[in-house]
Amino acid sequence: MKKLFLPWRSLHHHPARTFILALLVCCLAFSVFSGSVLILSLRNGLYSLENRMGADVIAVPSTAKSKTNLEQMLLQGTTGYFYMDREKLDQIQATSGVLTASPQLFLASLRASCCSLPVQVIGFDPETDFTVRPWIAESYSGDLALLEVAVGSKVSAGVGEKIRIYENNCPVVARLAPTGTGLDTAVYCSMETVRHLLDAARSLGHDLKINGDPEDVISAVYIRVADGYDPEKVAADISLHIRKVDAVQTKRMFTGVSDSLSGIAGTVVWLVAAVWLLALAILILVFILMTRARRREFAVLRLAGMSRTMLRRMVLAESLLCSLPGALAGVGIGAAVLFPFNALIESMLGLPYLSPPAGLVILLAAATLLLSVGASSLAAMSAAARLSRVDPGTTLREGA
Amino acid sequence: MAIVEFRDVSRVYRNGEHEQRALDHVNLSLEEGQFIVVLGPSGAGKSTLLNMLGGLDSPTEGTILVNGKDISTLSADELAEYRAASVGFVFQSYNLIPTLTVIENVALVKEIAPNPLSSHDMLRAVGLEDHIHQFPAELSGGEQQRVSIARALAKNPHILLCDEPTGALDSETGVLVLRLLLSMARDMGKTIIIVTHNQNIARMADMVIRVKSGRIQSCEKQEHPLAVEEVDW
Ligand SMILES: Nc1ncnc2c1ncn2[C@@H]1O[C@H](COP(=O)(O)OP(=O)(O)OP(=O)(O)O)[C@@H](O)[C@H]1O
Ligand SMILES: [Mg+2]
Repeated sequence: MKKLFLPWRSLHHHPARTFILALLVCCLAFSVFSGSVLILSLRNGLYSLENRMGADVIAVPSTAKSKTNLEQMLLQGTTGYFYMDREKLDQIQATSGVLTASPQLFLASLRASCCSLPVQVIGFDPETDFTVRPWIAESYSGDLALLEVAVGSKVSAGVGEKIRIYENNCPVVARLAPTGTGLDTAVYCSMETVRHLLDAARSLGHDLKINGDPEDVISAVYIRVADGYDPEKVAADISLHIRKVDAVQTKRMFTGVSDSLSGIAGTVVWLVAAVWLLALAILILVFILMTRARRREFAVLRLAGMSRTMLRRMVLAESLLCSLPGALAGVGIGAAVLFPFNALIESMLGLPYLSPPAGLVILLAAATLLLSVGASSLAAMSAAARLSRVDPGTTLREGA
Repeated sequence: MAIVEFRDVSRVYRNGEHEQRALDHVNLSLEEGQFIVVLGPSGAGKSTLLNMLGGLDSPTEGTILVNGKDISTLSADELAEYRAASVGFVFQSYNLIPTLTVIENVALVKEIAPNPLSSHDMLRAVGLEDHIHQFPAELSGGEQQRVSIARALAKNPHILLCDEPTGALDSETGVLVLRLLLSMARDMGKTIIIVTHNQNIARMADMVIRVKSGRIQSCEKQEHPLAVEEVDW
């Protein structure tokens, strides 16, 4: 007879109790695992956004909507465009505290016969760029030639395929690592390419509402601030002294994001805490009821000469036999619910969302298993401690 | 050599102010392999005596030696070990685990006792080989008690303690169960101590102990006990 025989038989004989125990542990594991993955993914999203931006300050034309436009582009991946004259770049560069200023040029492709899909097209200046190039370098080592594009991870076009933008076929040479932000839905190329596409759009009759010489416009300037300067102050200087230019501190742009993030994180923590409180309470109740119902059984085993240690071990084994599969199921369900639906969660929350690296997820899963199995084992042990104190003599005489 | 020795053993139960002397300076010496019957009125202390010997309870005074070893000072875990190795119990209530089948109820001693015997053999010996996969609730009282006898003997204990084993059975079934119990225990050479109200059984005993008010009233050796078959039930 195997060592696990008694615990196994007992679980088998009480399928409802076994199921409830496993289900409770499953709830514990699910809530902790999915809650922490959710929070970590949001953190990771924000972190990756801040990282990817790399800029301290971003300057855009001070048209009514350009700032919100930019924010939505970065966070949610909506498409948009706005333009200002190239001379603004020189003025920005001349502002004190500006270390590097790199222009970008935006264009939005359309859902129309001229284009294969509507995407945000972002052109960067290879000479000065410090945000897009390092990103592309992670997956592609060459430079982008005319019309060549690198695509964000959510653009449905693979390397070697071509995207049609205003009747130009642009070969995809690289796919970028996901950031969990709006940046993942954009297409990246050189400023030269965007200028080319801009011309094509205009010759197709699209009015792009360009302020200034169409041959010499930019959309935004990404600015790195020199050491010892306050980005806030640099942004204010630029907004104040350069006409028709608004500069925002990048961090400011994301305070909304980090505020909603902490809001959501707070809610998730409360929810998980509530689930744990409830599940643990029921767990303990189940064990107490079980203890009552099994006084006799334990007295018989004690009478036969089972030591208290053996008895506790038996109860622990019983609890492990249902809590371990329960916890595994909880983590499994959490993973099955969260990972395939990243995009849905992201759009539901409207926040940058990026799954943590696999190593961390595995660590988290292990910690979750340990925590939930530990909690139920603790409840089982407290019941077992109580049970192992039964006095076989009196218990069995009482019931005679 | 005496397998069991009670030396001046007392057991006092305290209930607030009230003191109950369940055993009062008991001295006893029991021989190995003997069949001992304990008689006495209700409340005399028979069960208390058996529980002391079974390691279910410890004396408030005195010493109990089993195989020369003092069990009156053992810790709870040491007592469990002693019960596992040396004692088989058959009580008035069958004390079977309802969630286990007949064979499992017997086989569980394998996880506990150091020298267990085959559960199948024991169940065959009590005539239940056809019921081994049934649950206790599916058996009659007599059959359940036979399972509990098989379980007690499967531990291969030195001593078999039986506290009114037929108390819950009708007299006819009780006789059958008793005959079975005694012939098996004798065949296996066990020391068997049985508390009963059945006077007939006393005629087969090597020794009859009469208990009253916590004291040993008499301790009678029978030179020529009747064989199980000779007793007129
Ligand atoms: N756990 C206990 N607490 C208090 N008093 C007890 C306890 N166990 C037994 N007694 C008392 O000790 C005395 C002897 O009890 P015991 O059970 O040994 O009697 P008995 O001879 O087995 O009687 P019966 O034939 O009715 O089973 C009784 O007066 C009983 O009330
Ligand atoms: Mg009694």
